[in-house]
Amino acid sequence: MIRLFSVREKQKKDAAAAANGKTVKQSAGELRLQKDISELDLPKNVSIRFPNGNDKIMNFEITLKPDEGLYKGGAFLFTFAVPTGYPHDPPKVKCVTKVYHPNIDLEGNICLNILREDWKPVLSISAIVYGLTYLFLSPNADDPLNKEAAAMMQQSPAQFERVVSQSVARGCSIGGEFFPAARGDRSG
Amino acid sequence: MELEGRWRDLDYLLNRQGNVVGPGFEPGPEIREFLQSDCRVLVVGAGGLGCELLKDLALSGFGCIDVIDMDTIDVSNLNRQFLFRMQDVGQSKANIAAQRIMQRISGVKVTPHHCMIQEKTLDFYEQFHVIVLGLDSLEARRYMNSVACSFLEYDEDGQPDLATVKPMIDGGTEGFKGHARVLIPGITPCFECTLWLFPPQTKFPLCTLAETPRSPAHCIEYAKIILWPKERPDDTFDADCEEHMRWMYDKALARASEFGIQGVTYQLTQGVVKNIIPAIASTNAIVAAQCTLEALKLVTMCSSGLNNYMMYSGTDGVYTLTTPYERDDKCPICSAGVSFDAAPSTTLQELIDMLMKDPDLGKHLSAPSVSYGSTNLYMRGALEQQTRPNLEKPISELVDGDGSVIHINDRQLVAAMKVRLKFGPSNGEMDS
Ligand SMILES: [Zn+2]
Repeated sequence: MIRLFSVREKQKKDAAAAANGKTVKQSAGELRLQKDISELDLPKNVSIRFPNGNDKIMNFEITLKPDEGLYKGGAFLFTFAVPTGYPHDPPKVKCVTKVYHPNIDLEGNICLNILREDWKPVLSISAIVYGLTYLFLSPNADDPLNKEAAAMMQQSPAQFERVVSQSVARGCSIGGEFFPAARGDRSG
Repeated sequence: MELEGRWRDLDYLLNRQGNVVGPGFEPGPEIREFLQSDCRVLVVGAGGLGCELLKDLALSGFGCIDVIDMDTIDVSNLNRQFLFRMQDVGQSKANIAAQRIMQRISGVKVTPHHCMIQEKTLDFYEQFHVIVLGLDSLEARRYMNSVACSFLEYDEDGQPDLATVKPMIDGGTEGFKGHARVLIPGITPCFECTLWLFPPQTKFPLCTLAETPRSPAHCIEYAKIILWPKERPDDTFDADCEEHMRWMYDKALARASEFGIQGVTYQLTQGVVKNIIPAIASTNAIVAAQCTLEALKLVTMCSSGLNNYMMYSGTDGVYTLTTPYERDDKCPICSAGVSFDAAPSTTLQELIDMLMKDPDLGKHLSAPSVSYGSTNLYMRGALEQQTRPNLEKPISELVDGDGSVIHINDRQLVAAMKVRLKFGPSNGEMDS
């Protein structure tokens, strides 16, 4: 334990802390996100964009172009909103390109465990990008967010494959809902 | 008029030597004088813990207290936030709390600040000798941590400069459990050093919420996460707005009846949406008492302080455990960082080269990125192309001047490293 205050000498104001008028420059969450971003080496089929400029990184967009699997040929846009509580709290991620996928609903909510129940502060943006890539490679009908898509995937995989590739490539209606071609724009 | 014997117990502590006094403690009446007239304490939060803290601090001799809270009084606060009455509902917690303390305890000045902690500048926080936190969110704690640590400077030997140390006492309660901890930046761990102490909030898988809800909480979360953005995309949900909460409750109730789930109530909806764990008045009282005692010890040195974290559990009897947590010497928020000499004309590329060649720093670096606050000066990875032009610029153009702190990131570092730039003379000046 140290003696911080000398009562007898009163407190002499220290000029060193030049605090005039400033607020805290940066949240600890942003400081950690800078580390993530500086280490984020994206595979060729993934790109990132910072719509508010290089110095406002808490909101950004990721475009994923699956190079394998059912969704190959499509481009899907995700918005990332990183809270100041990062990495204690996970980023909020939405898929804003409308997609027929068992784990993504029509509002763009994504059922990916590391975005919610299995998020841990040691994880990073990179881990989420890999998680999303995997989700498009291997949709999981056991944890459905789009029940109809999950049911079709399980009961008639051939039909599921057909409608997915059709919706991704040219756009089509599935069960009364129109899915425009997946060109990486906001269509949700 | 002073009540006779009002300060008797405090004077026992402050006017006598003892075996457990802190370093340099010299008993005498000036200490109480300092406490009552000069010492400035800030209480952050005027909720359950904050009410207790204000009362305890005022009764313990702290004469000049500030309190900051952005909230207004809700009827559900009244059972434990004892400074508030029915007629205060809707008013500022900070204002009413300050008023009540001054009405009941003579000789104390409480200055309220009804605003967000982020609205105050560093000057505001700088004036306090000690900051006591009565908060319920990690986010607010981390913010206050950045504030307290932003004043911290280290001397040449890497020892914290005591004039820049802004101590904080943190109290926290959740139901029957609570903690009190002493944060002395540069000396005891800060929140970021021990972030792992805060367990992540339990979250339900989205697919469970959407397809197989089993509990009332699942129905409420569904209304909040899925239905609100879908049905009211243009409204930002405000947990303090009754209409919003009522909407949430109605939707959750409908969802519950659809799945035959019992137990969705308005109160539970509030609890789940705001992530409230029922507050227990006695836990607040115990934790606040400990925090106040630590504040008193810290400013008077009448006893050595808590080292440095006390957890309390009231679930099975009364149990406390004190743990001396250790600092993380790589902590990007409170660690000393390093000073580095560079002429203002040095380009960013030259600076990076110099850092990598430095015998001490260089061994931690393989491909460094540099940022200055929110400004990303040179980032590898996702922003490499966009930030590359900065490499040619002199650092004097990129930072605010001598003593600016930049952050270095590298895969080999667990967290950002702080580097304080010392602008030596530029090369040209050295020649002349
Ligand atoms: Zn720290």
